[in-house]
Order: sequence, then C-alpha cells, then structure tokens
Amino acid sequence: MPDAPPVIRATHLCKSFGAHAVVQDVSFDVAAGETLVLLGPSGCGKTTLLKLLNRLIEPDEGTVEINGRNARQQPVEVLRRGIGYVIQQVGLLPHYTVAENVAVVPHLLGHAPAAIAARTTALLTRLHLPPARYAGQYPHQLSGGQQQRVGLARALAADPPIILLDEPFGALDPLTRASIRREFRELEELKNKTVVLVTHDVTEAFELADRIMLLDAGQIQQLDTPRALLFRPANAFVRRFFAAERLALQLRTLTLGDLFPSTETDTFDLTATTTVHDALEALTGAAPATARFTVAQLMAAFGEALQQEEKAWKR
Amino acid sequence: METLAALFTFWHEQAGKLGEQTLQHIGLTAGSLLLAVLLGVPLGLFLSRRPRWAPAVLGLAGVLQTVPSIALLGFLIPLLGIGPKPAIFALFLYSLLPIIRNTLAGIRGVAPAVVEAARGLGLTDGQVLRRVELPLALPVLMAGIRTATVINVGVATLAAYVAAGGLGEFIFGGIALNNPVMILAGALPAAGLALAFDALLGGVQRLSTKRLGQVGAALLVALPLLGGLYLLPRATGKLLAGFSPEFVGRADGLPGLTKSYGLVHLPSVVLAPALVYEAARHADVDVIDGYSTDGRIRAYGLRVLRDDRRVFPPYYAVPVVRPALLRTHPELAAVLARLDGQISDSVMTDLNYRADYLHQDPKAIAEAFLRLRGLWRAPRPAVAGAAVVKLGSKIFAEQYILAELYAALIRGNTDLAVETKTGLGGTTICFEALRDGAIDMYPEYTGTGLLVLLQPTPAVVDSLGGRPAAVLGYVRAEFRRRFGLEWLAPLGFNNTYALLMRGQQAQELGIVSVSDLGGYLRQ
Repeated sequence: MPDAPPVIRATHLCKSFGAHAVVQDVSFDVAAGETLVLLGPSGCGKTTLLKLLNRLIEPDEGTVEINGRNARQQPVEVLRRGIGYVIQQVGLLPHYTVAENVAVVPHLLGHAPAAIAARTTALLTRLHLPPARYAGQYPHQLSGGQQQRVGLARALAADPPIILLDEPFGALDPLTRASIRREFRELEELKNKTVVLVTHDVTEAFELADRIMLLDAGQIQQLDTPRALLFRPANAFVRRFFAAERLALQLRTLTLGDLFPSTETDTFDLTATTTVHDALEALTGAAPATARFTVAQLMAAFGEALQQEEKAWKR
Repeated sequence: METLAALFTFWHEQAGKLGEQTLQHIGLTAGSLLLAVLLGVPLGLFLSRRPRWAPAVLGLAGVLQTVPSIALLGFLIPLLGIGPKPAIFALFLYSLLPIIRNTLAGIRGVAPAVVEAARGLGLTDGQVLRRVELPLALPVLMAGIRTATVINVGVATLAAYVAAGGLGEFIFGGIALNNPVMILAGALPAAGLALAFDALLGGVQRLSTKRLGQVGAALLVALPLLGGLYLLPRATGKLLAGFSPEFVGRADGLPGLTKSYGLVHLPSVVLAPALVYEAARHADVDVIDGYSTDGRIRAYGLRVLRDDRRVFPPYYAVPVVRPALLRTHPELAAVLARLDGQISDSVMTDLNYRADYLHQDPKAIAEAFLRLRGLWRAPRPAVAGAAVVKLGSKIFAEQYILAELYAALIRGNTDLAVETKTGLGGTTICFEALRDGAIDMYPEYTGTGLLVLLQPTPAVVDSLGGRPAAVLGYVRAEFRRRFGLEWLAPLGFNNTYALLMRGQQAQELGIVSVSDLGGYLRQ
C-alpha cells in the first residue's frame, strides 16, 4: 500500500534522559495494517521510542503524526484512547475484575453498557478465556499467560486502529509464549490493525513482523523486511546481530515458493508460502506429509536459494 | 471488687456527666481527625507527586509528633486561648503524621506498571488518581487513619486541661484527689473507645478495595457528624464557671458549695489549675476557684467572693515537721518560730504576686521579705559534716517561697545545712515524703490536713464548724496520734479555697459574697 497515507509518521524524533541520548533522530512511517517490530539489544531505546508514539514520553525534538495529525495537538487522553497499549507487566487494575479491566476504555469513551458487555464477552471468548468462568475473576487469580490475554483484550476492547505492544510476551515461559504468539498471529482482530511491537527476541520479530526496525544506541541500524535484514544487512551491526541464529532465521524466512519458483509444489498442507522450517517439520514429523519433493531435494534447493540471495546482495 | 462496686456507683451517680464527656471525647477525636484527613490526604498526594518535598514535610510532622502533648497544649493556649480550639488543633497536629505518611506510602505502593498501563489506556491524571491510585492506596491510608484515631482518643483526655471537656475530666479529678475509682471512671471508657475505634477501623481495613472506597466516603460524612457531637447543646447560664479538677471532686469544693449556697444554673468546665486564672482574666469563664492568697488575684484584678457561710474550711499554713528533727536540733524550734504569725493574707498575696506575675526568684523574694522584717541573717559558712535539714514543698509558688524563707532562716541562724526539695507535686506526695523521712518538714494547710489527709467523718467536720483554732487543734492531735508528726504554729495567713470573679464584672453585678452570686444566678 505505497499510496495509502501512513497511519503513524515519526519525524526526527530525539529524546535524552540527562546526558544520555536514548533516541537519536529517528524517522519512520508505519502503513495502515502493517506490523512494525522494534528490535534491538536492551537499552537501545526501543521502549522509549514506542512510548513517544502515545506520548507517555514527550520527545525533545521531532514530531509524531497519527493519521496525519500531530499527536501533540490533541488532548493526550483522547490520543491514547485511540491507541491500544499492552506492556510486559500487563498492568491490569488489581481491584477490577477481568470484565471491568477489559471494559476500561470503552467505558471512558462512553459506550453503551450493553455494547461493552457484548464486546467483552466476544473478546474473552476469542482469547480462550470463557467469560462464564473468567469475567468475574480478579487479576491475581489468573496465570501470567491469562493475564496477558486479558491485557490484550483490554487493548483491543475499543477497537482502536493502532496497537502498541511493549514486549508483550516477555514475562511468559517459553511454552506459553509460543502458544500466545500463535494466537496473536492468527487473531482476526489484529489482521487489519496497525501494530508496533517492541521485542528483543529475534525469532519473535521474524515471526510477527512485516518490517523490522533494528535499533542500536538510539539510532536506526536498518528498517526493512525480515528477509532484507537477513540477506542484505545494511552494516556490520545488523549482520552480527543475526549471526547466532542465522540458519534458523533463514529456514523461517525462505518459502517453498522461493525454493521452487517454477514448480507446482502445492499439496494438501504445503503451499508456496510455507516456510522451509515448517515444510521440514511437516516432512519429518510423526505423520510425514506427502510432498512432491524429498527432504534431500528440499535441502538442496534451500542451499541453492541461499547462494542466489548472496549473489543478488553482492551485485 | 470493692473498687468495682464503687466504680459502678460512681458511673451511676455521674451517668449524665459520663455520657456528656464520652460524646465530647468522640467529638474532639472525630473533629480533629476530619481536619487531619482534609489536610493530610491532599498533602500526602502532593508529596507523592513532588517527592523532593517529602523529607521536609514528613520531618516537620514527625517533630510535631514528638512534642509532648501537655507542652503542645501549653504552646497553643497563648495563641488559641482555652476551650476546644487548642485541644482540637493539638489533636489535629498529632494525627497529621500518620495520615500524610500513610497516604504517601499507599500511593507509592501502587505498582508503577498499573499506573503506566492506566495512563497508556487514556485515563486522565485525575482518573488515574481517583480510579487507580486512591483505591489501591486506601488500605494503607486507612491504617494511618486508624493509628491517628487511637492516638487521638488517648491524647484527647488532655483536653480536660484546657476546658475542652472529654473523659479526661474524671481522670484529672481522680488524680488531683488521689481517687483511683474516679480515675478509672474516665480511663476505662477512654480505653474502651480506643479499642472500639481500633476494632472498627481494623475491620474496615480488611474490606475489599471496592467496599473500602464506599466506607471511606461514608467516613468522610460520618466524621463531621461525630465531630458535631461536641457541639450538642449543653446547659447554659448567665455565668460560666471554670474549675480545676480537684475543686470539682472534693467534698469541701464545689459539692459543698453547691449544697450550702444552693448554687444553681452555674454551668462549668474543667481545666488545669494553672489555667483557671488566665481563663478568668481573658473572660473565657466568669467564675473560678482559686486560693485566697494567689498572687494573680492582684495581678489580674480578680475579686475574692467572701465565703459568708464558711463553707471552705480554714486553710491556715503551718509547718509540719518530723519530731525527730526538733529533738536532734533543739535550736531549730526557735528559728522556725520566727515566722509565726508574721504573714497575713495580703502579705502572702503580695509575695505570690512577685513570684507569679513579676517572675521574681522565690529565694530573692524570701530574702527581701526577711530583710524588711529584720529577720535576715547572712548564711553562715558551711560546716563540714553538718547535718542536713531537708525542706519539702508542693509544686506552686507560695510553697516555694515558704520553703526558701525557712531555708534562709536556718542557714542564717544555725550551722545546719539545708536541702530544699521543692516541687514535690501534690499534697499526697509531700505527705508521704514526710512520713518516709525523705523530707523533714513542709508547709501544710490545716484544711488540707483535715479533709485530704485525715478524712474524718462528716460528723467530725461539722463539729469543728470551720473554726480555725478547732481545726488546727484537731489535726495537730490526730497527726501526733496517727502519724507521729508535729504541726507547729500557724504562719498567719489563710490560703483557703475561694471563688473568684473579675473585679469589674463582680462590681457591675454587685456581687461581693458567694451568697450574692447564688442570689444573682437564681434571679
């Protein structure tokens, strides 16, 4: 959607805490429906950058425009009510029930009680928190994963076009994290939303991002698609950042369509958009899928595809 | 068991007073608490936003907390006079620290992530405060209010010292009269109130956050109502009396006066003995009890109402000594006798005036008086190993002066060393010190010896009929028989109880004697 106006446009954002420059001259656009992941080592300024977007932190310099309007020119509460916000510590109001927590923003916006109740019920159901059981519970009665689901439901409750997430899965154990991430990816509610997500987890970034902004010391190192970051790193930092997980990321990034561009590979559960990683899992699993290629053929094609990407980059 | 029975009898007899005092007590506590909440909670919230101010404000509130309550009341009287104002203000100051501190701690205890999430969702600062921070801080805040309440119920007993009423009236009356039943009569309800408030607020604290919010709001409504209890209409009259606790309780004080003169329609407040004169002077009250030789009578232009029916027994000042003292040092008898009959009422009032009002040193006053009467001798040089005469005195100026007079006479006329133990508190303490031999002599008053120390049956008191010589004869004989102590000769003045009024007001109303007062009140 290159012609659509950006939903978020940040221009020359700078922020210092004391003498420490946390965000240095950062500019970027986020298109409608896009998922942008802010990635980088801890202390790189990604959380600060996220908070500049909903004015939890005000920039020293630069502007943020939301839907073409300068964020500073509207009341900060009004701005925030139109932007979902999820943080790692969840921050559910401990004296509100699950349902009340989800209803906070619709309530502030003055939605009708019946509409709020229906919306809450629908969201909780979709996030696998049956309302009959969970609506009346208090946050401390829930597991970490359940709390984060409620946090997500709360951010989505008023159907804001933009969602900001700050390490939303960071505090969860790996199993819960993987399952919530899958739910998150498949959540219908999020499909057409503009999402900005902060993480330091490379796999998570690759799994969720349309584009990744890799930050270091408050500066953008590279802002591009996961594939571009992987195969066409802009500098040594970018290359080094992905070095340790390079193979795993390549397996997750290249698809059957990349490997067999001219051949019809589709079977029942493998399509042109299936990643090599998923195809390998399908072929080597307990009940191997039927495919028009063997594991050996797949790996050979994967090797060739990698070489081509390298060549393309060198040219 | 006996005490218990006496206690119930006392409560039964004083049921009206007990109820009134309890309501006043609750009123004082609630009123001051309301002020403290109204100022302390916003202040605590302010400090949570401006943490840089917190050490200074909490430090100041902490210092206020450490000022002894009696001293604090003392500081406040010149500013706020007597009555409920200084009492409520003092209680308010004491409640501030726990309320400010717990408000701040409560707000600080709210998880930062919760506040950040709430702000991120689009709650305004006010909404974050009202819907998130305050509700979550409420349990801690309530704990502060609970602490303040319990402190206040205790400290409010001191309100009786400044004519603000409350259960302290019984307690201080009981202390002044050495009457444990009367002390308990005030102390037990006060303790009960503290426990009841503590349990009530403890229960409130355990409520869920939501209910707590409702209860907190209800409390803000309840406090002014409870504080209003203090303002319940009380008996009023043409004149208001302010009496010291002892006067209200003892038989020859207010009860005797009321009976003999038929004093009616004279509502009264209780306040510290040290304050009654000031209260009369500033027209906070119209009629006070006092002592007929007090220096402030002259200083403040007060008039002693003549006790025309002789209700107050004679209180002639007489040195009481351990006979052993005179046996071992026979030369002392003549020395001590030099003051016999030397000091009239007006002379004593003048000496007291110098001490109370001109703030002269009792020692200097004594020397000046002795020089005037030609009795002064420079102190003899100290003799190593000389026996020591220990002079005692109660804790007021007249007794200090008398002790210094005797000390100067002994130093100037004998080789004995003198040790003055002044400020031994009330009658009982002096008397017990003399019996124990902790002191060798102190000036006592015939009426006090009769009614406080000997406590004869009413029949005996009636038979003496308030005749000075008869009373002295009786106490001298009884002290010799029962305690082995000796009353010497009277100094001359009669420091008896007296009813006092401002001279000008008494003149305008044409009141000269207590009978006149009774007549005026009955009109």
